[in-house]
Formats: sequence, structure tokens, C-alpha cells
Amino acid sequence: MLVSWKWLKELVEIEKTPEELADLLTMSGVAVDGIIYPSIELRNLKVGLIEEISPHPNADKLLICRVDIGEGEKRTIVTGAQNVQAGHKVPVALPGAVLTGGKSIESAELRGIQSDGMLCSARELGMDEDKLSPEQKEGIYLLPDDVTVGADVVQVLNLDDLVLELDLTPNRADCLGMWNVAREVAALTGGKLRLPEVEGSTEEGTCAGMTRVEIQNEELCNRYVARIVKDVRIAPSPLWMQQRLMAAGVRPINNVVDVTNYVMMETGQPLHSFDYDRLRENRIVVRRAREGEEIVTLDGQRRQLNPEMLVIADAERPVALAGVMGGQETEVTEQTKTILLESASFNGPSIRRTSHALGLRSESSLRFEKTVDVQLVRWAADRAVQLLSQIGAGMAVDGCVDCYPGRPPQEEPLHFQAPKFYLAKSHLPKAFSWADNIDTPFAGAEQGLSGQQGERPPFAQEGEFEIKELSEEFPEEQMPQELWFRGRPVIRLRFRRVNEILGTKIKPVEMETILQALQITFLEKDREGWWVAPPSYRRDLEREVDLVEEIARLYSYERIPTTLPEGVTTQGQRNTEQQIRYRVRKNMVAQGLMEVINYSFINKARLERLGYPAGHPFGDMVVVKNPLSEEQAVMRTCLLPGLLDTVKRNLNKRNKNLRFFEVGKIFRAEGFPEQRKLPEEEWCLGAVATGKREKSWAYGAEEYDFYYLKGVIANLLTGLGYGAEDFALAAVQDYPGLHPGRAATILLKGRPIGVLGEVHPLVLEEFEIDQRVVTFSIDLPQLWADEEVSRKVLLVPVTKFPAISRDLAILVPEEITAAEVEKLIREQANEWLKEVRLFDLYRGQQIQENWKSLAFSLTWQAPDKTLTDEEVNIFHQKIEEALAARFGAGLRR
Amino acid sequence: MQEQLRALKEKAEQELQACQKVEDVQEFRVRYLGKKGELTQILRGMGQLSPEERPVVGQLANEVRDSLEGKIAQLLETLKVKELEQRLLSESIDITLPGTAAEIGRQHPLSMVIEEIEEIFMGMGFTIEEGPEIELDYYNFEALNIPKDHPARDMQDSFYLTPEVLLRTHTSPVQARTMEKTKPHVPVKIIVPGKVYRRDDDATHSPMFHQVEGLMIDKNIRFSDLKGVLLNFARQMFGADQKIRLRPSFFPFTEPSAEVDISCVMCKGVGCRTCSQTGWLEILGAGMVHPRVLEMGGYNPEEVTGFAFGMGVERVAMLKYGIDDMRLLFENDVRFLRQF
Ligand SMILES: [Zn+2]
Repeated sequence: MLVSWKWLKELVEIEKTPEELADLLTMSGVAVDGIIYPSIELRNLKVGLIEEISPHPNADKLLICRVDIGEGEKRTIVTGAQNVQAGHKVPVALPGAVLTGGKSIESAELRGIQSDGMLCSARELGMDEDKLSPEQKEGIYLLPDDVTVGADVVQVLNLDDLVLELDLTPNRADCLGMWNVAREVAALTGGKLRLPEVEGSTEEGTCAGMTRVEIQNEELCNRYVARIVKDVRIAPSPLWMQQRLMAAGVRPINNVVDVTNYVMMETGQPLHSFDYDRLRENRIVVRRAREGEEIVTLDGQRRQLNPEMLVIADAERPVALAGVMGGQETEVTEQTKTILLESASFNGPSIRRTSHALGLRSESSLRFEKTVDVQLVRWAADRAVQLLSQIGAGMAVDGCVDCYPGRPPQEEPLHFQAPKFYLAKSHLPKAFSWADNIDTPFAGAEQGLSGQQGERPPFAQEGEFEIKELSEEFPEEQMPQELWFRGRPVIRLRFRRVNEILGTKIKPVEMETILQALQITFLEKDREGWWVAPPSYRRDLEREVDLVEEIARLYSYERIPTTLPEGVTTQGQRNTEQQIRYRVRKNMVAQGLMEVINYSFINKARLERLGYPAGHPFGDMVVVKNPLSEEQAVMRTCLLPGLLDTVKRNLNKRNKNLRFFEVGKIFRAEGFPEQRKLPEEEWCLGAVATGKREKSWAYGAEEYDFYYLKGVIANLLTGLGYGAEDFALAAVQDYPGLHPGRAATILLKGRPIGVLGEVHPLVLEEFEIDQRVVTFSIDLPQLWADEEVSRKVLLVPVTKFPAISRDLAILVPEEITAAEVEKLIREQANEWLKEVRLFDLYRGQQIQENWKSLAFSLTWQAPDKTLTDEEVNIFHQKIEEALAARFGAGLRR
Repeated sequence: MQEQLRALKEKAEQELQACQKVEDVQEFRVRYLGKKGELTQILRGMGQLSPEERPVVGQLANEVRDSLEGKIAQLLETLKVKELEQRLLSESIDITLPGTAAEIGRQHPLSMVIEEIEEIFMGMGFTIEEGPEIELDYYNFEALNIPKDHPARDMQDSFYLTPEVLLRTHTSPVQARTMEKTKPHVPVKIIVPGKVYRRDDDATHSPMFHQVEGLMIDKNIRFSDLKGVLLNFARQMFGADQKIRLRPSFFPFTEPSAEVDISCVMCKGVGCRTCSQTGWLEILGAGMVHPRVLEMGGYNPEEVTGFAFGMGVERVAMLKYGIDDMRLLFENDVRFLRQF
């Protein structure tokens, strides 16, 4: 919402500077995002009347104007613009003027003629060209005939106004109208309101004879007011109205459209005008669209309608999309003689659905979505008719048609839905008689209209208000739940509750002052609190806590104390899963890998590049219906594609040696959405490595290969508390995306927990990666399955007896794996064998073909004594014999 | 024989002086004082001496031995010091060659910030709750007082999977899920870190980002407690001199609601580009849990009250580390990651 400072000052007395007011508004819940200042301080600009135009003797494209600027003496001004004629009033920059863009004006000779100033275009005046018609943008900006010659152009065009940009939260849609902004300012500052007076219409009169209104779907429209204006003369609206509309961000069109927009900007109530003569049978039917109906809206689009959408129809066809946009066929044009003005209240959610379905959002739908003030409807129509007459756009036809299915009963000022009511009629304060005319614009507005708002709250005057203590007679639990006053809920507000929620000690009298400033109506009071009703324009105030917030924000959040909760002390901690994820992260980082975070959604094609067979879990994707792009169209079923993308991005930036890991969720449909359950989400650890630890002056290069990541996994698992013997690999030939000869299932205590391998060359090709990449992934829930492991503090006592280390190099045929040899070694040893570590693998000259040499380092240690060489030798003997017997292995010495 | 001994001593002392290395001295010692050494050889002839001569010669021989031993020890000491000096001299290295430490990894700045936030709130007795990233419309919106067709849904443009299922737009649904689990017990003190998703993509928005939500429900929880807890958090996270400022705002699931600002971490509140000259940075949204949300979660708002807050982790990380483009956080360029 854009708020013109000058307009606002006309509606409410303001003593603060714009900056001070902006700060006050922001700190009380109506955020001011910024203040738009005039682009430049314009000086020396006067309204000039062109009296005579003649061609320039020395230049085809220039004209010489004789201009009256109210000085008596006429000035000679040369212009290049072609849109000026004698009789036009134009903005004239006199010597010494500075225009937008810093252009300064001096007397100058133009092709032999002295020019004593310059005629200005809209752009030179710093006007927002988006808000101007094409004619106004071209050439010199022509002023209306009724401006005074010699007047200051800055004043005439309001060029020194500034605009507050409000960033409204959805609950404060009331501030989409200037008057409610003014009311907010009045409540905050105590400034006097000066809202315009409006003459109300009656329901009888000529209008009722000229049209009829029928609402067929009351659930979507609970009030529709029609008024008629005849003898319409379409013309531009007056300058002041155009300027205010432009300040509010609305482009002026013509007097009729401008008035409806102007009233919308004033009140927040959208209006629409129809060409009365083009309405078949001159009547209005509010109904759901019929299947197959269509309408051409004002923007020229043909739109298909359906029964979900509410339309305004005449006797035969839809003429407007209710609350969203009018139709072209009944649009007000130059030929229009009579207009029918619509002011209505539509169901917000329905307007929202329609505008979303059609992709059509307007100033009108924006307001209706948030539900406008139903009590304002007739009043806004009256205001528009008043303005149309006032600016000479037409003649008001007396009376109105007010179709109001939800109308509160006239004779019952208090009406309620609960069967029992706590206030007997006799208890009503006298002031309730004010409510006799239920249709005055809004609760409390009559004061506003007569200029008294802000001086006294309704119903709170001495003598008028009978304070009764009702709490004993009417226990709280017997109170009816829903109680209405003038269509607004009656709210019980307890003093104690306010302070309990806020942690404050605000006195009731202070609360009262705040609520009064907000035009809250006080209905009744007892020892513990009030029964109050909010004004009709504050639709957001519905229950006690809403009023607590109102009190808090006007009291100021800054004044609320700072305390700490007083309840029992609790223990904050991570649960098992969270602890393991935490330890996994720390472990991976300690091992030199870098953590990355990739998007959870990926390109489906990328995932498919892994080449998984039909029915594989990788293909069990959850699909995003409305992705921003194909890159984010499905939820990832594994981490690898994201990690490969990260590798690729880094390779593109010449980062060649990479070690990454990611801890994140993968998603699998598992029957979603057919089976009515959410998809499966599983925490996963993924890692990739590529390139090498680069050679340095001190050591050689080390490839990040399969064995590098295998070592990372081993360290991870021992770091989490598993024994080295818990971890094993089992070769796997057909894992999607992996090299068939270099892939393995990761086994933990014999159960598969993930996969390790080199990425398949074809996959690398697809991802345009031209170096080998190794990867692993581990299903993290497998790690918190062993709860006892994660919780155990794994401290093996360090013995004081020394260990003996022996190397053992053996020759075995190529097909014997290192794991088989290690297993045999362990079988032959006892518990003194603490570690078996393969430290060398050799194939080559001194060894026969298809054989290899494996060199192990064995560590022996007893918990209770120092082992002797002899004791260890016995085992080595056994091991050597067993190796020879099983594999035909020989020792290599 | 005495003559012999004197001559030996003289000769030996001369030779000893010529010794340059520890090995020379040791060899010298063997040569003179060893089992077959020259002094020993001479003393073998003692048997032929008269009983009168024997003690005299014996004493002289001992004197010679002691004197030589003493000199040897002295020389050895000197030579060892000298040799150590020489070795150290020969072993000096080029200290400017690069170090050879193991490569280190880095944690992602976002996960570091989340851990830090977790630890601050664990210190205040909060536990960590998590929930699904694919969420029911009910928990994401309805249970938080955002019915279908409510304009507040515009605040969060969502990714939908079906009309009823979406990628959660905030971590707040875990509030509702937790209340369902814990009702009617109090206190509830949780924080909820996690990924959330909205249809936005530019320098300040990412379609996937992270939030940390907080919820506390107990008897007599007040708005002033919310201020206290958030001030405590701000001071631990951004420094002991931090101030916070609460501005009224609107969230459908809290009331009263507030936007919470911290004093600008760049300019300490003086005003700079980062804070648009205001001295304040908006860091989180908060408020008292709306009675309707408590009711839907199975709590009686007349008996318990609560507060909730939520913050964007990216925003905190960007402020903490001076990152100006959110997209950097998801590009995972090692040159970026290495800096944390
Ligand atoms: Zn700053």
C-alpha cells in the first residue's frame, strides 16, 4: 500500500515528520518499508499559457511560443515539441530552474532566437511515466484548463509529495484503505481525524425502479448495493484526483473509473461501474457461472468459466468476474450515458480461488481475498456517487438497491447466536439506541464522520454506561460462546489475562485508554474485565488474544519486561539418531572430507543416467507437481547425482582434487500417493572422492581410489565404536552407476548397510566428468540400529605389557583375496593377536606369474604378561603351516 | 721399571693429545689400559721386582693409570660436545619448505550454524525434534491456523506433490506434530532444525533452505519470557553486547506476534549498508502460540501458554560469516567451503 503523505495529512492531524511517523508505524505493527521522496527539489516552475505559436525562421523542427506566466510581460520560449497549440496550459521552467536529471535551465539563444525558459515534459518533471497515458508521456505535459496561470507547478502537480510504502501483513488488510491508515495514525498519535462527510442514500427512490438485484448464491455474496448515475460525461478526472491515484500507484483512466478507484483507495472497498444501458433488462444477478460460459474481461482476454466461479450477470450472461475483473461488453466508454455502480461483499476464499485459477490478480481481488468490511458496502457506493456528482461526471439518481441477505435485524441492536444471553434488555446502556440505524457505515464511524472520532469512545460516556457486576449472577461457563454486536463478535477481555500473557503489570485504566484509541466499543464491565466489540473495519479482531496483541502493540513491545521462564529445569540433549549424525559429521571432517549440502530435488534425467533397472528403488521417485525448473523436478532417491553435480561444478572451476560428503535425506515413494501415506524419508551418508592427494616435495602422490574410501569407512565405523572385525565388503557386480569390477556392498556385522565403489565410466561420461570418481553411501538408520554400540564408551584397558610386532610376507595365487588370508591368520591365532594389517601388495619379477605377495604386520600382546619370542613363534609356525595347506602359500623372505 | 713407567706416561699423554675423535680415544684406551695394553704389559713384570720396590712401583703404576683415565674422561667429554655441535650443524634444514600435515576437512557453514544454535538451546534445556520434509497440508497449514484459501498462504509459495501433500514450507509443522505426541504434558521445550522449501530463487532466496523452529509450552509462559530467551540466544550467538528489538507482526499461528531484530553485527547499531542504515537486522519471527493452535494440538489455552519462534539459518550464517549471496551456500565450491 502506497500512502501519499499529503493525502494522509488531510485525513488526520499529524505533528510528526514522515520519518518519525514511519518509525512509529513500524514499531506498532504496520511496517513502513520505505519512504519515496521526490526525485529532486524542483524550483522556478510556473504554469504558462501559450498565447501564440509561430514557426522558427531558421529551424524546421523548432517552434516559437509566446507564453503568459502571469508576469504581465509575455515570454518567448523556443520548443521542439510538436504537441503544443495556442491556448494550452503548460509547465514552464524559468531560467534558474533545475529539472530531474540535474538539467539546469538558463536563457539561451536557439538558432538566433532568444529563449527565455523551457516547456517541460512529464519526464523532466520527475513524474512516474508508468502511471501516465501514452499521450501524457509524449512531448510537453499539458495541464488542465482550470489551473491558474503563473501558479507554482510543484504545488499544482503535487510534485513535492512523498509516499510511505506500507508492507502490510495479511491481518491488516484494513490499511489497504487510506481512511483506516488515518485511523491507525490517530490511534497511535492521538491526532484528530478529519474523514470526509458523506450523504447516505435511502433504499427507496428512483434507483429501485430502474434496476433489480438478485443474489442466487448467498454463501458467496452476502451484500450487493447498486446505485445509478445518469447524464454521464466521460472526461479526465480532476488533477488532484489523478495525482492521488498516481501516488497510490494507480493509473488514471477517466473520471468514472478514477472515482471507483479513488473510493477503493479511500475505503478499501472495491467498486465497479457498468454501462447501465448494456445490461440486458438493466438488472443484476449474482450467481455461479454455468458450465461452458465465457467472458471477455477488461484486459481483452477470453476466459472460460466454471461453476466454482462467482459472476455478476445481467438477465442473460455474465458481465463481470465477481470481485476480480469486469467484462468488456459492459465496460464504461465514451458513449456511456448511464452507469450502474456496484459495491458488494464477496466471499474471500472464493475470490481467491477464482483469481488463482485464472491467474488474474487485481487491486480488487487482492482486497476481497482478505474480506472487506460488509458494513462499508453501501456507504462506499454513496461516497462514489457523491464524488461523481461533485466532479461533474454525472447526475446522481436518488436511492439505492441494497440486497443484503446477511443483514442483522434492524430492531435488535444486540443479536447473538447462543440461546441464552447474559445481558437482559433492561441492562442495556442507553447508548445502544445509537444502533437503531444499523446501517450507518461502521461502528463508531458516525463519530468519525462528524469529526468527533478520537475524542470519546462510543458508549463510554458518564451516565450513559451502566456498570454492572455480573460475574456472580452469570458464571463464566454459562456465558454464551458467540455473541454479536452490529455484526461484530462480542469479546470478553480479562485484565488478568492480558498481564498473564504479556508478563506485564498494565493497569486496566491503561488498557482502556488503548482500546478507546482503537475505537473498540465497551459493552459491559465487571470486576475482572470487559465485554467489548471491535469496530467493523477491524475484521482481524475476533477473540481475546487479538485484543491482548492490540494492547501490547500500542503499549509498545519495548516496554514489556525481559524475563526467563520460571518452570522446572529440563535437560537438553540430542537423541541417539541425532548424536550419531553429529558424530558421523565430525568423523568425516576429521578424516579430511568436506561437507556439502545439495538440493533435495534433482533433475529426473540425471538420476536416470545412473542406469538402474525397472523396479529398482532409485526409480521410486516422488515427483514435484509445480517445480521451478526441470532441475528440481523430483526428490532424490540417492545422493550420488547431487554429489556428481558438485564434483562437476568444481572441476569446471579447476578444483581437481576433491573429497566431499553429505548427510541428508533421500526420498522414496513406496506407494505414495496411491496408498494414503507419506513417502519414505531416510537419512543417508554419501561421499565422493576424485583426483589425488597431490605429490609434494616430501611424499609421492596418492590417488583417491577405492581403497582410500574403504579406509574412510573403516575409520568411521571404528570411530563410532565398532570393532575392526565388524566391517567387511562383499563384491557386487551390478550396482547401478558403479564399475562392475570395483564395487562392493558394505557389511557391518554381516548386514548390508551401504555400497562402495568406483563410478561407472559411462555415468561419468554422462556427467561430463573426465577423471575417475569413487563413492560410497551408507544408510544411516543402520548405524542407529545398534543402539548399544553408539551408547557404549569403548575403552579397552591399555595393558602395561609390551606388544610384539612381526611381519609375515606370503606368496599366494592371484585369486586368493586378502580377506581370506587374514581370516585364516586370525583362525590360527589366539586372543593375543591384536591387529592384522596388510602393508604391502607386490606382483612382479621375483614372483611367478599369477601369484602375488601379501605382506602383513601382526601385533601380539597379552593382557597379563610380557610375551616372549618363543610364545609368538609357536603361532607363526601354525599360521605358516595352515597357509601352506589351504592356499599352497609359501613364505617370502 | 720406574723409568719405563715414566716414559710410557709421557708417550701416552702425547698420543692422547693427538686424538681428534671419540673412536680414537677409545682405541687409545684399549691400547694402553686394556687387558693387553701397554701399561698392563709393564705391570706383568712386577713379579720380578724386589719386595721393597714393589709398593713403590705399584703406586707409581696406579698414579699413571689414574692420571690417564682422568685425561681420557676429560677429553671424551670435550670431544662429545664437539661432535654433537658438528652433527647439529650438519643437520640444519630449510624451514621455509611447506609443511606436510594431513589434509583437513570442513563442516558446511550451515550445519555449523545449526549445531551452534542447537547447543545454545540445549543449554537452556531444549531438546531437538525433527519431522518429515514431505508434509501433509494439514500439519503445514491447517493445524497452524492457516485454513485453505487463507491469504496467509500467499506468504509461502509451496511445492506441491498432491493437493494434500507438499514440501514443508517451514519447520513449524513439527510444532503441531510434537503437541500431538506430548499432550497434555508440559513442559514442551523443543527446537526443530531442518530443511524447508519455497518457490523462490534469487540472490536472497533459495528454493531449499534451512530453519530452526522453537516451541515452549508450560504453565505461565509469558511474552516477557520469549524476550528473555531470545535475548539470551542473541547474546550467545552474536556477542555479549547484543541488543534485541521486537516489532509487532503477524503469523497465523502466534499471537501476539513479533519480528525480532538484533543490533547490526556489521556496524554495532550505528547504521551501515547491511542494515539499510537502521542499525537493526531482522533475524527471526516469534510470538505467543495462538490459542487455536494449542487447542488443535490438544492443550487447553486457559491452562497453559507458550511461545514459538523461527529463524532462517542461511540468514544467520550470512550475517555471521559476511556472505552476500545465498547461492554460494549451495554451490559447494571447495574454495568457498575451505574458508570455514
Ligand atoms: Zn549495520
